[in-house]
Amino acid sequence: MSKLIQGQTGEWEVVIGLEAHAQIVSDAKLFSGAATSFGAEPNTQVSTVDAAFPGMLPVINRHCVEQAVKTGLGLKARINLVSVFDRKNYFYADLPAGYQISQYKSPIVGKGELMLSMADGEMRRIGITRLHLEQDAGKSLHDRHPALTYVDLNRAGVGLMEIVSEPDLRSAEEAGAYLRKLRSILRYLGTCDGNMEEGSLRCDCNVSVRRPGAELGTRTEIKNVNSVRFVMQAIDYEARRQVAILEDGGSVIQETRLFDPHRSETRPMRTKENDYDYRYFPDPDLLPLELDAAWVESVRRSLPELPDAKKARFVSELGLTPYDADVLVAEKSHADYFETVAKGRNARLAAHWVSVELVGALNEIGAGIDTSPISPAALGQLLDLIEDRTISGRIAKDVFAVMLETGQGAVALVEERGLRQVTDNDAIASAIDAVFAAHADKVAEYRSGKDKLYGFFVGQVMKAMGGKANPGLLNELLKNKLTR
Amino acid sequence: MALDKTIVAKIAMLARIEVPDRELEPLAGELTRILTWIEQLKEVDVTGVEPMTKVAQMKMPMRDDVVDDGGDRDAILRNAPQPAHGFFAVPKVVE
Repeated sequence: MSKLIQGQTGEWEVVIGLEAHAQIVSDAKLFSGAATSFGAEPNTQVSTVDAAFPGMLPVINRHCVEQAVKTGLGLKARINLVSVFDRKNYFYADLPAGYQISQYKSPIVGKGELMLSMADGEMRRIGITRLHLEQDAGKSLHDRHPALTYVDLNRAGVGLMEIVSEPDLRSAEEAGAYLRKLRSILRYLGTCDGNMEEGSLRCDCNVSVRRPGAELGTRTEIKNVNSVRFVMQAIDYEARRQVAILEDGGSVIQETRLFDPHRSETRPMRTKENDYDYRYFPDPDLLPLELDAAWVESVRRSLPELPDAKKARFVSELGLTPYDADVLVAEKSHADYFETVAKGRNARLAAHWVSVELVGALNEIGAGIDTSPISPAALGQLLDLIEDRTISGRIAKDVFAVMLETGQGAVALVEERGLRQVTDNDAIASAIDAVFAAHADKVAEYRSGKDKLYGFFVGQVMKAMGGKANPGLLNELLKNKLTR
Repeated sequence: MALDKTIVAKIAMLARIEVPDRELEPLAGELTRILTWIEQLKEVDVTGVEPMTKVAQMKMPMRDDVVDDGGDRDAILRNAPQPAHGFFAVPKVVE
């Protein structure tokens, strides 16, 4: 699969690095005891530290530190036993202190990696440059008043992990896959809920283009993109914009841009890049963050099984195809549901029913797997009925639809509605005879070489038997009788 | 290190301090003298000396992940020049 962009004057390669801002799952903020929950009334979750009242001092939340270390370990990254908090200075209405506490030269987590399984089955290793802890800013609302901006500081001071990738991504698809994989790992670890709609995961995209193999081109940064789809759209647009400029003989200006989802385009921010000079320096209110190596090891031992390991296990122990395993492990809730269903059963059948039938049906009714009207145990019973040939796969789909609607159990439904598969040779044979008698002309046509009519007979017999004939038996008997 | 007018103007802009043009030159001189004075520290040989990050031998204190603050909007907004509907209100800043 070529990832290159075809321009007027030849091919171009896109080079992408992503900076993801992941909100840490914690009850209290990074440096204060105010709550972090989403959607509270404005300014009701603000301490005097968050509002930067004079003399207030930050005290770090140890759970946030653990969450960052967990995430670093999940990204197979180096954990730095000493890291330092710096002040990043800039003025903005939703940043009351005039600086953000962040980590600049000495982040808590160093180099790591993330593996992508691409559509063609290829695995791609994407380098992680670093992960550091920082505070979120407040929220500005510009549309509530003609002349004023309203500021809500509930989010100010909430812990964030900024996760920076190496410029290893080569297409919008890869960037999308990276972000989905990162979100999956964060959710497995329980360190970020990955909810992009609520802003718990946001992304800055660094994009440049070059001739294949050439030196890196000048990059632009697209700020604050808040969905996987928008990240992909923004990168596509930006790469094509840069190619057009370069092919026209122009040069790309290094600048910060915004993505406009309504028009699917990027445009420069009004502030000039030059205005930003953050004058980082170590925060004198905070001592260096020192971690104990033994504690880091105990966090490592407490890590849950992550998507890559789970996928490998599903393939090697349960015999799933890598594709099916990938689909299932992307969401931990799906993988857990599947494992409960598959326990002691045909894993491939379970995989199909969970990732295709169940997830498909849940999507249609707008439910998640956690709120599924069909429990794993109930789905398991349905699969048992397929496996022991009580019902056919075809009938199972009908039973499944009723289960979804009524919440009834499969066994009871099959009995109540008389859906038990007919495996009685005589019953099927007599149904075939009846169909032959009613369609003697078609039988003659078939026997004189019109093979295509076979499906017609299958359909007629099934219809006569209410779909309950065992398909295998039906085929066997029908072939016999037709060639007789 | 010598600072010139341009750098002083930039520092003033970043700090949101309005400095009249005629004061830039004298300020550049003053700041340069301060920096030069501090730069004397560079003469000390610190080879092999760990950077000192604290004057007291202590580890950074930590808090547990417990909500024990916030929830008092009136107190937070009390000194705000222009609170509105539970928000701080400031002159419009739109990016």
